[in-house]
Amino acid sequence: MRSGSRRGRPRRPNSARRAKRVSDSDRRGENERDWPLFEVFIRARTGLHHRHCGSLHAADPEMALARARDVYTRRGEGTSIWVVASEHIFASDPADKDMLFEPAMSKIYRHPSFYDLPDDVENM
Amino acid sequence: MYTQGLNQAVEDGGPEDAELLARFQAKIDREEKIEPNDWMPEAYRQTLIRQISQHAHSEIVGMLPEGNWLTRAPNLRRKAILLAKVQDEGGHGLYLYAAAETLGISRAEMVDRLLEGRARYSSIFNYPTITWADIGAVGWLVDGAAIMNQIPLCRCSYGPYARAMIRICKEESFHQRQGYEAISRLAEGTAAQKRMAQDALDRWWWPSLMMFGPSDTDSPHTGRSMRWKIKRFTNDELRQKFVDAAVPQAHLIGLEPPDPELRYDEESGHWRFGEIDWSEFNEVLAGNGPCNRERMAARRKAHAEGAWVREAATAHALRKQARAAAAAE
Repeated sequence: MRSGSRRGRPRRPNSARRAKRVSDSDRRGENERDWPLFEVFIRARTGLHHRHCGSLHAADPEMALARARDVYTRRGEGTSIWVVASEHIFASDPADKDMLFEPAMSKIYRHPSFYDLPDDVENM
Repeated sequence: MYTQGLNQAVEDGGPEDAELLARFQAKIDREEKIEPNDWMPEAYRQTLIRQISQHAHSEIVGMLPEGNWLTRAPNLRRKAILLAKVQDEGGHGLYLYAAAETLGISRAEMVDRLLEGRARYSSIFNYPTITWADIGAVGWLVDGAAIMNQIPLCRCSYGPYARAMIRICKEESFHQRQGYEAISRLAEGTAAQKRMAQDALDRWWWPSLMMFGPSDTDSPHTGRSMRWKIKRFTNDELRQKFVDAAVPQAHLIGLEPPDPELRYDEESGHWRFGEIDWSEFNEVLAGNGPCNRERMAARRKAHAEGAWVREAATAHALRKQARAAAAAE
């Protein structure tokens, strides 16, 4: 991991120790120890979404793509690959989980099953 | 495999926030996954770093005994299968290094620790593969023992490790079958081929049982790892499961595990086996197995000889960046 804030997460006390590694980024690109991390997304079949399947280190996006093909599609898992530098992913903070997602839990009227229909209405 | 890492002590850090600790344990008790950015006790983090990195190192070093036979496989079919398997092991190492990195250690640091002899890998890879039958025995027994260990790890409380294990288990299911198939062919062959198969079983049986780590009475950290759901079964439980599965498989192809005390216990439905030679296990862990030095020398050589490739890739990436920057100006 390149820094204490993989996927853009705000600093938490637990990641303070990891944040020490940020100094590595000063030397970025000098050698393979500092190759950035890429997240790999694979589309399994035409018409499906790309889905996250893992990560890997590479010198640049082209190399990341080539390695992703070797590592993550050995058994016909994909028809298309995206690679994204991990540092470009900005993620929600686990500590905000309730604030962000709990409000949706009480809004059951957003689901079609909430509504009563007369039995005679067959398809709606 | 490769949960031998769990048997070493991790020092408890200083006092940790009791409320955070209680919330962490409650989450695990609810079978929710712990994710990289969640709060976790320092000992949980360190235990996982050690276990996952040892597991990763085992995958990488594990390519060596099988690589030994790539150019000498008896036919093209076996060679293609072995190549695919060795390639899988490399991929598994990568998934595991990536999972460990989410805990705040870099892959470069883990590789350094391995090459400097500060990190362990599974004891099993310090045994030599001296005949073709050994390749069959490795797939059947070593991968078989690994799978016993790895399937419960798919439910490990740490999300990235569990997800890596699911992928690994899916890919690995052919590894054991190809090994059993290979040794079965020898066992049903000429007298000399059958002797070769039995000889491989004789040499790999006990080291495979040792892969599960020390007996429960000698693994003081089992309780904590089970409470944290890093570990789901004890070493002895998994070892027994393995023996119960492997003994009938040996008999089916006319081979006999090298254990005079081996007998079927009607009452419990288990195969009872003799005492493991723990002094041999400890010697191998201490670096005195038949191939410890050879394996490390091979890893260091491969790392050093691959340096120019890594440097070239870095130089190429930098030059492309510079060209793109110049074009943008």
